[in-house]
Amino acid sequence: MSFMPIILWSDALVFLLLASGIATAWYVRRREHLLLPWRRVAQNATAMVSLLVLSLFLLVGLLDTLHYRAALPETNGGETVYSPEVLSVFDKLVEPLRLQTEKTYSAPFALTLYAKESISDAQGNVLHDYPRLRYGGAHLADVAQRNGDVVKRALTGALGGLLAGLLIALGSRRWLVQHGLPLRPMLIATLLLAALIGATAHLAAAYHVLGTDKVGQDVLYLSLKSIRTGLIIGTVTTLVMLPLALFLGVAAGYFRGWVDDVIQYLYTVLSSIPSVLLIAAAVLMMQVTIDTHPHWFDNSAARADLRLVFLCLILGVTSWTGLCRLLRGETLKLRELEYIQAAQSFGVSSLRILTRHIMPNVMHIILIALVMDFSALVLAEAVLSYVGVGVDPSMISFGTMINAARLEMGREPMVWWALTAAFGFMLVLVLAANLFADAVRDAFDPRLNRTEAVA
Amino acid sequence: MLAYLLRRILYAVPILIGVNLLTFTLFFVVNTPDDMARMQIGIKRVTPEAIEKWKLQRGYDKPLLVNSAASGAGKLTDTIFWQKSASMFAFDFGYSDDGRSIGREIVTRMGPSLAIALPTFFIGLVAYVSFALLMTLFRATALDIAGVALCVLLMSVSGLFYIIGGQFLVSKLWHLVPISGYAGGADSFKFMALPILIGVVGGIGSSSRWYRTIFLEEIGKDYVRTARAKGLSELAVLFRHVLKNAMIPILTGVVVVIPLLFMGSLLTESFFGIPGLGSYTIDAINAQDFSVVRAMVFLGSALYIAGLILTDISYTMVDPRVRLS
Repeated sequence: MSFMPIILWSDALVFLLLASGIATAWYVRRREHLLLPWRRVAQNATAMVSLLVLSLFLLVGLLDTLHYRAALPETNGGETVYSPEVLSVFDKLVEPLRLQTEKTYSAPFALTLYAKESISDAQGNVLHDYPRLRYGGAHLADVAQRNGDVVKRALTGALGGLLAGLLIALGSRRWLVQHGLPLRPMLIATLLLAALIGATAHLAAAYHVLGTDKVGQDVLYLSLKSIRTGLIIGTVTTLVMLPLALFLGVAAGYFRGWVDDVIQYLYTVLSSIPSVLLIAAAVLMMQVTIDTHPHWFDNSAARADLRLVFLCLILGVTSWTGLCRLLRGETLKLRELEYIQAAQSFGVSSLRILTRHIMPNVMHIILIALVMDFSALVLAEAVLSYVGVGVDPSMISFGTMINAARLEMGREPMVWWALTAAFGFMLVLVLAANLFADAVRDAFDPRLNRTEAVA
Repeated sequence: MLAYLLRRILYAVPILIGVNLLTFTLFFVVNTPDDMARMQIGIKRVTPEAIEKWKLQRGYDKPLLVNSAASGAGKLTDTIFWQKSASMFAFDFGYSDDGRSIGREIVTRMGPSLAIALPTFFIGLVAYVSFALLMTLFRATALDIAGVALCVLLMSVSGLFYIIGGQFLVSKLWHLVPISGYAGGADSFKFMALPILIGVVGGIGSSSRWYRTIFLEEIGKDYVRTARAKGLSELAVLFRHVLKNAMIPILTGVVVVIPLLFMGSLLTESFFGIPGLGSYTIDAINAQDFSVVRAMVFLGSALYIAGLILTDISYTMVDPRVRLS
């Protein structure tokens, strides 16, 4: 085989999450009463456009989760030798972006490096000038051609994207109408996104669209790679938080008495510690453990990955208290209702009451909390990485990008592109997540009055 | 009332013990002092003598829970748990890695932290509530929708962006105030203006939207309809009735953070070079000074519990129906 698939810890958790997401969707699909609120979300134009943007991010994140190690050309006595470098399918797709590194900083669409260097020309004269980039705009013989070339490439790329978008739009039009989705906003969004992606892809083949960073890596590549880290922090954390909050919250509300006292004590203690400090303390300790056991990891990717998983674990352990409190309150209310008391008097076991009657009726709270938490977690990653208790410094993330670019603001002329790219990508991701979360909350919150009849 | 307060304070003790045990487990059981010494000195070629010396200097050379070598009460008191963890209840935080008293450091650094955090808090509260009231007044109009859209946009921006962008715009481009630094006395305003402004702007999105939800929930109630029916103007309804009744949910979220203002803000203080508790904490995290982090965790939770008690007291002040007993 020319490659060996690698499943890192975080990959496995993402697959688990994906599988449970698909299973839930399958379950909901055939139950009309569960489907109803989702229909309301589907009719919301803002929500669906946000979902479109989010699914693009998700696609990049998922492609970046399929890891492998490529085979090296030489063999060790007939046995294939694999490269120690762990790559992802996404890396392979955008290989030119990853490999075409310059010497150091260069501005977006620049043809030359950011700093002057001594270069010797054909006659052997030494000049002090901005050297041309190795890859960015290398196909141009004359520097003056650049603007025209950029515009031409942007237009042809956008046109290509538009055509592809049009094909997708025509193909999915019927399906959209069938399911009552907002047709016009979604078509417009698809075309715009397709044109944008087309233009960027065509430009990125010849230029560094968002410039390069200190070691000459393409900033567009770094930004796209950061998406996976952000998504994992935002989603895998819920894997840890959800069971804790659900079981403890429901148990505290249903059993009351000493169970309630113990669980309340537990979450009061945890929530009384300011969360940044608790996370900092836990991450510092994790760092000591990782640093004193270097033999646990066979390569640096595995170490960075495990640190990411640990970070999700720590974030989950520190953030379940809020949801737990909500669930406890709701269960306290539910257990006094007639249908629960009827079940109790029929002699239904507590476990069965909890799983059949209570948990389905608190699901809307969980869903709302999860979608609301996602954007907060993506933002928290950047802050934690700045404080020094975030992801491994070698892992590409919005936080590490911002952290590295922070000092570049002081340079003359200013290196603004890396920072702008990180903040821009983060804004789009978080904004889309917030808008989608709002629509989900509006659709699921029973406190909001709705005029339509419940089917 | 007094009896209630006493009970609440007594109730805080087991929680603080829990926090203490948690930090003790985290800092001394998950990783032994030997691990920490190895990490601090460096991984390669660490001699056992160096580790012993490191532990002796910091008082980590004692047993964790029970000292069988000591006699009498020393069995319990001459241990890491007693000297490093239990002593925090007397607010004796010990010494940081550079040998300074953490307690004294906290007292001197509280001033600058409060100088930034208090104005940010109060200006912010007034600004957010006013903005939310404005949106409520113009509810379901284009102005309200634009306001909510602005809030969602503002809360989707990273807090780091506000600081970096603000420093760039105000200090670097317009040269209005210094980029960072701190001075006491008359000069202090110059240094404090930008961090306070950024702190207020950074919170506007989520806070205003939250207050707006609270106001909208109040405005649908019957007493509001009565007030309107007796001919009160919309402004009078909003200020005299809605705002007053929305006080309970507002106080629940607001009063609890007042004691925590002492701790300062990690990000703001470190970006602006303010010598407060926030930058102290961040420096300690970067230098992996565990005793300082432990002290801050304990202090933070003590202040949080104080905030909870303050919240209860504030209820009695705004709602005569609430009696603490």
